[in-house]
Amino acid sequence: MNMHRFANPGRFVRLAERILPWSGALAVLALAAGLYLSLFVSPADYQQGDSVRIMYVHVPAAWMALFVYTVIAAASASALIWRHPLADLVARASAPVGAGFTFLALATGSLWGKPMWGTWWVWDARLTSVLVLFFLYLGHMALSNAFDDQSRGNRAAAVLALVGFVNVPIIKFSVDWWSTLHQPASVMRLDGPTIHPSMLWPLLVMAVGFKLYYVSIMLLRVKSEVMAARLRARSMAAVEAT
Amino acid sequence: MTRKRRRLYLVLAAMLILGGAAALALGALQSEITYFYSPTDLASGSAPAERSIRLGGLVEEGSVARLDDGVTTTFRVTDLTNSVPVSYRGLLPDLFREGQGVITEGSIGTGGTFVAREVLAKHDETYMPREVADALKKSGQWRDPTETPK
Repeated sequence: MNMHRFANPGRFVRLAERILPWSGALAVLALAAGLYLSLFVSPADYQQGDSVRIMYVHVPAAWMALFVYTVIAAASASALIWRHPLADLVARASAPVGAGFTFLALATGSLWGKPMWGTWWVWDARLTSVLVLFFLYLGHMALSNAFDDQSRGNRAAAVLALVGFVNVPIIKFSVDWWSTLHQPASVMRLDGPTIHPSMLWPLLVMAVGFKLYYVSIMLLRVKSEVMAARLRARSMAAVEAT
Repeated sequence: MTRKRRRLYLVLAAMLILGGAAALALGALQSEITYFYSPTDLASGSAPAERSIRLGGLVEEGSVARLDDGVTTTFRVTDLTNSVPVSYRGLLPDLFREGQGVITEGSIGTGGTFVAREVLAKHDETYMPREVADALKKSGQWRDPTETPK
């Protein structure tokens, strides 16, 4: 697919405006349904009891932390290689959202770890690599705003995003490569999920809700950046005309 | 070769080199990143004996005993090949029970007993409602977590 079809900012904004009401409404719907299913309908776990309900926020947040970073890395590659004009905007718009997801995964994981494991935090490979991901997001945000010339900031942040992408497979496979306190994957594994369908469905609905939320927020943020650039151009033209 | 093509190869080569470097570094740090040692590691001497380490495994069935002082618990941690006696003074996490995965931090004391300062419960990746677990146990389909040690 030729992504340069979406290179025209005007066309992108029109497309975003058509998608946004749908993705926003569906996100609210999926999150409401997902929360209801996970807090009231789904059963308590045979070992963990009701504490397992933290999973319905923790796991989608952690998936999105990895997904958003992958989007940023892909956008950074297309910005560096093909100079796609919207790629930098997508990366800049995604970084704070991804940082938010990562923080949510770390915080809910900590709240879950205390009752189940007996500790808020350990320095095992999974927890540490996710903390590194959080710092990568913060670094990306700081670096992309560190230059007076926005395009230089974008370029530096794109390089950081690509370098940091090494961390994504490390996070995913940390629980398989090393002995960690964190248990291995339950859903995305080759031999099928080890989670009962009555708990898997609420989890998947929540995951869809999280993803739609990200799509909506990202489109909204890119759209407002495009609008802001247009506004700047217009006021510059007005200044020059006088 | 166009400029775009050249940039593409440059980025791909940089990612490959970076990935390789990361893999080598992590490979070299393998033993440092490992969060805990198994009883077999202890038995074969591949775990450092002189300093504080973490020992992970399953709590052996029928091994948990509480001493007369009321706060010290003794149990054996097993990986189904070897097992190590552990003593721990303090509160245990809710998930601590026989057959459950645990990680204990401490060092080998006199007489080969591992003296733990901290006990953490490790849970596996299986999630199911209690009724399903009971039904599986009743029908004999139950896959005991102790039969597939990590």
